[in-house]
Amino acid sequence: MHIDHSHEGPAAVSADATRPDGRRRALRVGLGGPVGSGKTATVAALCRALRTELSIAVVTNDIYTREDAEFLLRNAVLPPERIQAVETGACPHTAIRDDISANLEAVEDLEEAVGPLDLILVESGGDNLTATFSKGLVDAQIFVIDVAGGDDIPRKGGPGVTTADLLVINKTDLAPYVGSDLDRMARDAAAQRGELPVVFTSLKGEDGVGPVVDWLREQLAGWVA
Amino acid sequence: MSRAALLVLADGRFPAGGHAHSGGAEPAVKAGRIRDAQDLAAFCRGRLHTAGLTAAALAAAAALGLDPLRLDEAADARTPSPALRATARRLGRQMMRAARASWPSPELEALAAARPRGAHQPVVLGLAARSAGLGPEDAAHCVAYETVSGPATAVVRLLSLNPFDATAVLARLAPEMDEVARRAAEAARGGFGELPAASAPLLDITAEAHAAWPVRLFAS
Ligand SMILES: Nc1nc2c(ncn2[C@@H]2O[C@H](COP(=O)(O)OP(=O)(O)OP(=O)(O)O)[C@@H](O)[C@H]2O)c(=O)[nH]1
Ligand SMILES: [Mg+2]
Repeated sequence: MHIDHSHEGPAAVSADATRPDGRRRALRVGLGGPVGSGKTATVAALCRALRTELSIAVVTNDIYTREDAEFLLRNAVLPPERIQAVETGACPHTAIRDDISANLEAVEDLEEAVGPLDLILVESGGDNLTATFSKGLVDAQIFVIDVAGGDDIPRKGGPGVTTADLLVINKTDLAPYVGSDLDRMARDAAAQRGELPVVFTSLKGEDGVGPVVDWLREQLAGWVA
Repeated sequence: MSRAALLVLADGRFPAGGHAHSGGAEPAVKAGRIRDAQDLAAFCRGRLHTAGLTAAALAAAAALGLDPLRLDEAADARTPSPALRATARRLGRQMMRAARASWPSPELEALAAARPRGAHQPVVLGLAARSAGLGPEDAAHCVAYETVSGPATAVVRLLSLNPFDATAVLARLAPEMDEVARRAAEAARGGFGELPAASAPLLDITAEAHAAWPVRLFAS
């Protein structure tokens, strides 16, 4: 058996940070969070903000439809060949954490079809507060919650809220209508996350995604440095 | 052979993409053919003795060292449904990724290079078994088991079937899985001419229809 030999040829698990030709591969960023919190809206806004300066592709993990992929297509956020949908067999968190093969395949196919890419956004199907992305699939992850899901979600914590590289608290425009206390959410999030960043967004507003774009630019700068 | 290596390969958590596939159970549930544990047992038995036997023999042959590219052609010839051929290749590609990380070998590298879009999953699984130091019976057992465990897991999710009942179905099928694995390995020893070509036409037909559903939980 050859189990201890180092790999040669193409990477078997494509976790390597460089391409076979030695260049840095695309930065992969996962977006997770509860159903309807604004993941697809964030992906769409990020693509609009960055697509002229970066080569971007998106992988969606719809639970039982192709709606997220179709939303992105319909809104012409990116050309169709830059968007791939992965089917997840009723278990969205399995496809981003325990068995990432279908997602890795989508990432590879995108790189092959439209690469070289600078950035690949992987949107998870809306799931619960425990969903996190495998490090074998993404380099950084964003967890998107919203103010309408209850202002106690940051306090409840869970792996997504606590450990994501960026916590986005979206739909701040709705806070007055649903009685959510943004200061409390900020305090609870800080208590759960320590130094890890938190941003508040309202994607209905002009440049609402700005804080996420700023964070992403920092990640990209660190990635290619 | 290493019995523990067989457990690693056969584990439902082996990350080779199988969790997103129902093995034909989703269309069967939708059509009302699977409603309870008894139906599940009948479905699994049918799949095991048809598509399961054929796939198990392909895997056993690959584990024995028969030419995987010829086996890949043999698998194509035994898979009339284009949707199931595409599924088998996609799962083969995913199995290849996990196999190369788990038991890297020159034979796996060669097949990966020759079929970058994926060879049929049973062929890749058989070669993975070979790379893990396992034999044809082991590979056939793996395929026989996943032939029934895939639909069982899917039905637990689709029907909220009691998981204990679903597992009991699998346990009751164990003697038949052993028998199918034995026959598959025996056929593989007879070479290409002996490989079984048993099929389940209804699975082929419903797989084609399922692939065109706009809304579904499982990829196949
Ligand atoms: N008011 C308001 N609505 C928003 C905001 N962001 C997103 N939405 C709306 O919220 C709904 C859900 O947004 P999506 O982006 O589809 O949410 P998602 O997290 O991708 O949902 P799933 O993929 O189904 O889990 C849509 O109707 C959006 O238009 C926001 O900042 N403010
Ligand atoms: Mg979405």
